[in-house]
Amino acid sequence: MKQMSGAELIVRLLERQGVRTIAGIPGGAILPLYDALSGSELIHHVLARHEQGAGFMAQGMARVSGVPQVCFASSGPGATNLVTAIADARLDSIPMVAITGQVPLSMIGTDAFQEVDIYGMTVPITKHNFLVRSAEELLEVIPAAFRIAMSGRPGPVLVDVPKDVQNQQVSFEDFPPPAAAEALPASDRAGIEEAARMINAAERPVLYLGGGVVHSGASAQAVALAEKAGLPTTMTLMALGTMPVDHPLSIGMLGMHAARYTNFVLEEADVLVCVGARFDDRAIGKAARFCPDARIVHIDIDRSELHKIKQAHVGIHGDVGQVLEALAPLVDANPRPSWLARVNELKAGHPVEWATQNDPRTHYGLVRTVAAALDDEAVIATDVGQHQMWVAQAYPFRRPRQWLTSGGLGTMGFGVPAAIGAALAEPQRTVVCFSGDGSLMMNIQEFATLAEEWLNVKIVLMNNNSLGLVYQQQNLFYGKRVFASRYRGAPDFARIAEGFGVPSVDLDSAPNPRGALTQALTTPGPCLIHVSIDREQFVYPMVPPGAANTEMIGG
Amino acid sequence: MIEQVAEPLRQSTFAKVVLEIDVNNHPGVMSHICNLFARRAFNMEGILCMPVSDGKRSRIWLLVYDDQRLEQMVRQLEKLNDVRAVRRHGAEHEVFERLEDFFH
Repeated sequence: MKQMSGAELIVRLLERQGVRTIAGIPGGAILPLYDALSGSELIHHVLARHEQGAGFMAQGMARVSGVPQVCFASSGPGATNLVTAIADARLDSIPMVAITGQVPLSMIGTDAFQEVDIYGMTVPITKHNFLVRSAEELLEVIPAAFRIAMSGRPGPVLVDVPKDVQNQQVSFEDFPPPAAAEALPASDRAGIEEAARMINAAERPVLYLGGGVVHSGASAQAVALAEKAGLPTTMTLMALGTMPVDHPLSIGMLGMHAARYTNFVLEEADVLVCVGARFDDRAIGKAARFCPDARIVHIDIDRSELHKIKQAHVGIHGDVGQVLEALAPLVDANPRPSWLARVNELKAGHPVEWATQNDPRTHYGLVRTVAAALDDEAVIATDVGQHQMWVAQAYPFRRPRQWLTSGGLGTMGFGVPAAIGAALAEPQRTVVCFSGDGSLMMNIQEFATLAEEWLNVKIVLMNNNSLGLVYQQQNLFYGKRVFASRYRGAPDFARIAEGFGVPSVDLDSAPNPRGALTQALTTPGPCLIHVSIDREQFVYPMVPPGAANTEMIGG
Repeated sequence: MIEQVAEPLRQSTFAKVVLEIDVNNHPGVMSHICNLFARRAFNMEGILCMPVSDGKRSRIWLLVYDDQRLEQMVRQLEKLNDVRAVRRHGAEHEVFERLEDFFH
């Protein structure tokens, strides 16, 4: 018979689940849990400076490892500060378990100090959530939280634990076993056979890979299918790296900021094989005009994604890795010389701007110079905005989980804490976070955490002293009525970084910017690399919001 | 730019349908279910819920419009952790008809 408090039980269950790093911030309603955590010899606690930072650190760990990761926050504002990071994890299907303190059970509903209904607030942004009503329930709830977070389509789970439940003693025979993912759904044999017939009969098929390929660990199977069936392959923002960008069949990212030729190839497709992607509006533009001539095969582990935006001719519910493995033997080997020649013709006819820029003081040149200084083992994180799209376009991603970006929610402030999380989970890697001045200021307090943990994170700041993508849209679509998108002040980011204890390099004043950049990237430990960029450089091509993907401007 | 301009939703022109949902019985289940409909501006015309068997489960009856989003709604319902089964019935199902007396 074992006896312990609810708080101790949570810590033991997390240890048994294999959790080794937790990011969080303590506060009144979670102090019993922190007291128990202080006794853990297995779990390293990382003290964030804002709970949103803690949430994104957990995400960073989860995005590089694929394993559910944990963040802690106290009740009230601690919990509400987690909300953005939880919603972000939901939209990008990131496995995460957020544990929040809550006021004691008897005080719930009384507007007690630092009481909010975080359970109610997180209903629409979690995969599932729990309000724990007794310490005994934790024996079921904690393993269930991990099981739900990692099963099927991954996602965030919130567990709200009242302070008195943390203090309550519980007796039990033995610990429950650590959670494992549920069995994968049975393969839809008929659907797979029909998909193979469609691919074999196709003349101009395209493979469209999404983040589900990363989550399923199925990039090798996806590349193998593409190679056997001669499928030009496009990737969503979330799937970059699943096929190496320099693979002969890769046609790069699709959608709003795709290369022109990529969207033109899709326009000509007669069969579209969508694997673990969800026809997001940024990827497909105006849905009714996306791939107008294509019959669609859609493979997804989440049945509600099938037929949600586009009616698929064959919808296959299943794990994309398993389905691709079953599909490959049924697909005819076919080099498709004429279709691939047409793809190459479109590619040659619409050369991309970023392929030729090498000056590290230009946006594309900076991205390419960073890439040239690193190998594929590096992890590349971004914030959200113009810099994010420039990196997505120009960085040569070659492996899954190399690329961490806030895709669905598009959260500015994601980059620095996510990069910290990546470095915590995989300290042997160099982690680069591309950021913009607007995004950086949304979680800049985590520089303090970065300095404290002294992680190998390099922040490459593209500074145009504005909310660049807003400035771009106002210029392009709102009659150049530029409003609230240019900053009047200009913070000295190098001094800010140094104030937090993070060294910095300014490429603006460096006599040899390429050398200074390479040295900064290869020196262990954190560093802010500052580069001023031209505010008048926009992200092109661009599909106007609501337009069809072929109606690109610029580029 | 192609301006994205809202068009009014006209749900009331669709036929009605009755959904029968078996769920785990605990506080919070109703909010998970209602939230799915509310965030999609999908009105629930009728709602009825009672515990079944030993009280560990409840049965929820919903009266909704059968618009083109209903299939997606059912799939979203089936994804909820506390939903065990969803069954669809025609509007002629008597469960709401027999309640009419309480609303006149």
